[in-house]
Amino acid sequence: MTDVSATPTAAAAARSQGAGMKTALRWGLYLILGLFAVYYLMPLFVMLTTSLKSLEEIRTGDLVALPREVTFDAWAKAWSGACTGIQCEGVRPYFWNSVLIAVPGVLISTLLGAVNGYVIAQWRFKGANIIFALMLFGCFIPFQVVLLPMARLLGLMGIAGTIPGLVFVHVIYGIGFTTLFFRNYYVTIPQELVKAAKVDGAGFLRIFWSIFLPLSIPIIVVSVIWQFTQIWNDFLFGVSFSSAGTQPVTVALNNIVNSTTGVKEYNVDMAAAIIAALPTLLVYVVAGKYFIRGLTAGSVKG
Amino acid sequence: MAKWFETHLPKIVLAPSFIAVLIFVYGFIGWTAWVSLTRSKLMPRYEIDGFIQYDRLFASPRWDTAMNNLYIFGGMFIVISLVLGLILAILLDQQIRVEGAIRTIYLYPMALSMIVTGTAWKWILNPGLGVQAMVQGWGFENFKFDWLVNPDMAIYTVVMAAIWQSSGFVMALFLAGLRSVDTEIIRAAQIDGIPTWRVYTAIIIPSMAPIFLSAFIVLAHLAIKSFDLVIALTGGGPGYATDLPATYMYAMAFSRGDVGQAASSAMIMMMVIFIIVVPYLYSELRAKK
Repeated sequence: MTDVSATPTAAAAARSQGAGMKTALRWGLYLILGLFAVYYLMPLFVMLTTSLKSLEEIRTGDLVALPREVTFDAWAKAWSGACTGIQCEGVRPYFWNSVLIAVPGVLISTLLGAVNGYVIAQWRFKGANIIFALMLFGCFIPFQVVLLPMARLLGLMGIAGTIPGLVFVHVIYGIGFTTLFFRNYYVTIPQELVKAAKVDGAGFLRIFWSIFLPLSIPIIVVSVIWQFTQIWNDFLFGVSFSSAGTQPVTVALNNIVNSTTGVKEYNVDMAAAIIAALPTLLVYVVAGKYFIRGLTAGSVKG
Repeated sequence: MAKWFETHLPKIVLAPSFIAVLIFVYGFIGWTAWVSLTRSKLMPRYEIDGFIQYDRLFASPRWDTAMNNLYIFGGMFIVISLVLGLILAILLDQQIRVEGAIRTIYLYPMALSMIVTGTAWKWILNPGLGVQAMVQGWGFENFKFDWLVNPDMAIYTVVMAAIWQSSGFVMALFLAGLRSVDTEIIRAAQIDGIPTWRVYTAIIIPSMAPIFLSAFIVLAHLAIKSFDLVIALTGGGPGYATDLPATYMYAMAFSRGDVGQAASSAMIMMMVIFIIVVPYLYSELRAKK
């Protein structure tokens, strides 16, 4: 990028100046990237330090200051003593509700998605593409449009406000995405594989079980992580279709934070928020690669 | 019989999911559309009565606020996330030594529940003990930052939190796009002495048009569905200053007992998404063939 018409000495001078410029730019670049890292980490940092301070210290101290005296009282209270309205059991029971909703919800929707994707990608029949398009569109609807009829249906089925009811809702509206994941994955496997297996006398289920499933580990991981994150972080279905004892942890967290009785305990709020965030954060740290694949597959299909 | 079963097995296996989608997606949309045309109040009624609910909706100042907020929130959230995501992706694409770690840090908010994000920002932005109090404590006693409780500014706190949550994800999309640009073209341009910023503005960024489109679709979709973040951050307040269509719908359905209004507002949300998503899905599915 130096001027080619310059004299040799000028060129050398320009080069060394260019190198100095380059180092400065590099430093600037790292500085900017570092500042953004601080920006993204700051809320988590503030949550963590606030949760470790006493209320007294929060009132008198600085928002971003480290705790003078680390205390885990807020964590203990958030886990088993904080009040959500009238009950004061912390987030613990709701945390387990979320586990009870997420585990079957993830497993069932992933299994259905795998079978659906297998049929749509490998056993193409007339209309299979239309079925896929209709299922895909289901991923994009605003759930507000199904809230009212679903509330009535759950009532009619006798599972309104129960954990099985919430599992049911999450499975129904998760199928679109899981089918999309598996269909896009299986579509890249040559159809000759199924043909050859059929010649060898293997049937529909056998081919799925012994050939396709063993090939599917990466996409199963993507689907499980995606569904887990979706269901764990869900609030809309949780708040609409749960009752007093069956609320998921996101709903309980919101109730704790907005409960108006007593003193506002910011440290307990922050500890409860971190507890609610821990499972998905952990998944992200352990399997970030698959998490990102799910996110991008959900947006840039294929 | 066994033979028939074997040849039709794929369809039989797919049928339950397909029927479920037909009923719980399309049937339910139909139900909501139907009820939006009735005089339903606390309980749904089924006698069609024209567009009265939509007339009420468009006459409601609260809905007006919700739609205005959607334009402000959606517009700012989408534009700033796109710009910030693109800049971060370009900066990260300069052979950064600790790229993996930085990417992880930028993207982790996406793994959090909006309720957690809202709770965190509510604490940071609260005027009594948050940023305002902190800066005042540093000696700037006239410093004021009370957006969270200021009806005119509260919606911008929702924008701030939403950008914090989603811009890293946009960065990841763009970064993947930058990595797939043909390196031969870039090298040729560099040999020709074209300055780096020109290479970006003339070659690389235009070639990422499809990524802009998908990022836009995802962000628009997130904006229209935004519900949890508002509930956790402002609760729709002060008053109903930060209501969005999603919180309006929820309030009508579950606390006001106005099923007709809930249904008609849900249908409007549905239509907005329809207008954005259908052309995109259509072109994507066509391109696949």
